[in-house]
Amino acid sequence: MDLKEKLLSSFLVFENHVDIDTYVHDVRNDAIKIFEEKGFPTKKEEAWKYTSLNKILKEDYCMFPQQENTIEYRDIKKYFIHDIDTYKIVFIDGKYASHLSQTTHDGIDVCLMSSALSKPKYRILIENYFNKAATKDSLSSLNTAFSSEGAYIHIPKNKLVEKPIQILHFSTGNESATMLQPRNLIVVDENSHVQIIERHQSLNNNAILTNSVTEIFANKRAIVDYYKIQNDNLNASLIDNTFIKQKRESVASVHTFAFGGKLIRNNLNFFQEGERIDSILKGVTIIGEKQHVDHNTLVHHIEPNCESHQDYKGIFGENSTGVFNGKIIVEKEAQKTNAFQANNNILISDKATINTKPQLEIFADDVKCSHGCTIGQLDESAMFYMRSRGIPEKEAKALLMYAFSNNVLSSVKIPEMKQRITKIIANKLGVNIGFDL
Amino acid sequence: MLKIDNLHASVEDKNILQGINLEVKAGEVHAIMGPNGSGKSTLASVIAGKEEYEVTEGHIEFDGENINELAAEERAHKGVFLSFQYPVEIPGVSVTNFMKTAINETRKAKGLEDMPAKDMLKLIREKSELLEIDRKFLSRSLNEGFSGGEKKRNEIFQMAMLEPKLAILDETDSGLDIDALRIVANGVNKLKNKDNAVIVITHYQRLLDYIVPDFVHVLYNGKIVKSGTKELAHELEEKGYDWIKEEVNA
Repeated sequence: MDLKEKLLSSFLVFENHVDIDTYVHDVRNDAIKIFEEKGFPTKKEEAWKYTSLNKILKEDYCMFPQQENTIEYRDIKKYFIHDIDTYKIVFIDGKYASHLSQTTHDGIDVCLMSSALSKPKYRILIENYFNKAATKDSLSSLNTAFSSEGAYIHIPKNKLVEKPIQILHFSTGNESATMLQPRNLIVVDENSHVQIIERHQSLNNNAILTNSVTEIFANKRAIVDYYKIQNDNLNASLIDNTFIKQKRESVASVHTFAFGGKLIRNNLNFFQEGERIDSILKGVTIIGEKQHVDHNTLVHHIEPNCESHQDYKGIFGENSTGVFNGKIIVEKEAQKTNAFQANNNILISDKATINTKPQLEIFADDVKCSHGCTIGQLDESAMFYMRSRGIPEKEAKALLMYAFSNNVLSSVKIPEMKQRITKIIANKLGVNIGFDL
Repeated sequence: MLKIDNLHASVEDKNILQGINLEVKAGEVHAIMGPNGSGKSTLASVIAGKEEYEVTEGHIEFDGENINELAAEERAHKGVFLSFQYPVEIPGVSVTNFMKTAINETRKAKGLEDMPAKDMLKLIREKSELLEIDRKFLSRSLNEGFSGGEKKRNEIFQMAMLEPKLAILDETDSGLDIDALRIVANGVNKLKNKDNAVIVITHYQRLLDYIVPDFVHVLYNGKIVKSGTKELAHELEEKGYDWIKEEVNA
C-alpha cells in the first residue's frame, strides 16, 4: 500500500476517534477530498521542480504512534531556550506532554489545539480562524484532514506578552518510521505583541516525516515575531506550511534557521490584507552531507502602502542542495508597495547545488520592487587576509560564514535566541569562536 | 631572522620571482623599491604564505627554519606580519572581535590560554592611542567603508596588537595624506626595536623619510638588481627607474 492509500484509509480510523464537531468535521472531510484528488506534489509541478518527495514517501510510516511518557526534562533540556523564562507547549510523537509544558489562560491563551477544537468557549474563534489562512494545496489539506493537535495561541488586544512562547515537537522514533502532522493556530489581536519559537526535533535516528501547518493571524497593529529552528538529524524530514494573514499596520516577521534534517521544505506564505503592513522573511541555511533545504516563499501584496523584506542567506557544503523560490505578487490596487528580496548563497563544495528563482508578478504601476540573488564561493582574499593575521583556516571560514549570516542574525530580537543560533552555527562548523556577533 | 635563498615563484604558470636572495637580521629596516610589476607585492605575499603562489625553487628561512611549506596562519604564529596594500573588507566582523580572535588563536597555537578580557581591553586602548584611532572606529565592521587612510592605519594598529617579529609593509604609504603618513610611520617607529625587523615595500622615497631604512633593494623583473643604503632611495627618487632598467638590460 503506498503512502497516499495508507493515509486515506487511516483517515477513516482517525475520524472515528475524534469528536465530530460540526464545523471542523466538515473542514476535515473537504480537505481529505482535496488530498485524494491532488495527491502528493511531484516535480512536474512548477513549485516542486527542484524538490522531490519520492524518497521520503517510500517509508512505511506509522500515523498514530504509541504515547511516550518516560522522557524527562533533563533529557531534552538542550533543545529549549532554557536560560530565560518562557511559555512552553511540548508534544512528544504528536501527543501533548503536560509535564514538560508551561501553558496559561491568564489573560492570554497559550494551550492546545485539541482543547480549542473540542471546548465550546473556543468555538467562535475556531470558526473564524481555523483553516482560514491555509491554502487548499494537497499537503496543507492533508494536514487539515488529520489536524487534531498542536499549539493554540490567542492573544487578546492590547497585550504585550513578556515571555516568548516555545512550541516544541519531539519525536521519539519508537516506531521504525513516524509521520506527524501538527497543527498550530495563532491569533494575535489589535495592538498586541508576541514572540514565538518553534522547533521540531527527533530523538533517535528512525525516519520521521513531519507535515506541519501553522496559521498566524496578525490583526490591526499587532506585532508577531516568529522564529523557526530546524536543526534535526539526518533521517528527519520536515514540510513546514506556514500561512500569515496580516491586517492593517501589523508587522510580522519569520526567521527560519535551517541547519539540519534530511529534507526540509518551507512553504511560507504572507497575505497582506490592509494598508501599511510590514512583512519580514529572513533565513539562514547552513547544510552539508546530502541534506536538502527548500525555501518557497510567497508575499501577496493586496492593499496599498505596504512593505515586504526578504533576506535569505545559504551556505551549502558537501553534496547538499538548496532551493530558494521567492514569489511576490503585487495586485493592481497595491500601489506604493515596497517589496525587497535578496537571496545570497555560498557554495563551499564542488558538489553542492543551489537553485534560486525570484518570481515577481506585478500588476500595479507605482511600486518599488527589487530582487537579487548571488551564488559565490568564500572570498579567497578575505581568507588569506584573516589567515595572515593568525586565524586558522577553519576558524577563518567560520568567521566569514558568521559575517555572511550577520544581517539575518542581527535582526533576531531575543538575545538568548541569537546566542543559541550562534552556538549552533559554531558547533556545526566545529569551531569555538570566543565572541557573539 | 629572514633568509631568502634563490626564491622562484609563479602564479598560474607565470614566473614572477626569478631568484630572490635577501637576508634580514633582527633590528634592521629594509626597503624594497622597484617599478610597477617588478614582483614587490608577490614577494610580500609569498613570504606571508599566500597559497595561490607556487614556490618553484629556493626557500625561505625564518628564525633558522624553512617555512616554505607552512600555512599563512602558522607563519603568522611564528611572528610574520603582512600589512596589505589593499586590506580586505569583512562586513559583520568588528575590528575588536577580529583582533580578539587573531590574538587568541595565536595564543592557542602557542599553548597559551585566551588573553583575559581586561588585558585585552587595556591592550586595545594602548595601541589605539598609539595610532590615534577613535574608539568608535573599533566597533565598526573590519575595513568596511573605511577610507584609504583609515584602512592603512588599521593595518598598523593590528600590527601593534600582534607585535610580530617581522613586519612587511606593502605600499603602506599609498592612499595616505601627510598627517596619516606621519601617524603610521610614528607607530611603526615606536614598535621598532632590536629584536624585530621591518621590510618596507614602496614606490616612493616619501615614506622612507619617516621610516629610515638600513638597506634599500631594487626589485626588477623578479630579481633584486641593486642594493644599497638609504642614499639609493634618494637617487631613485631623483632619477626614476629607467637607469636601473638600462643597467640591467645592458
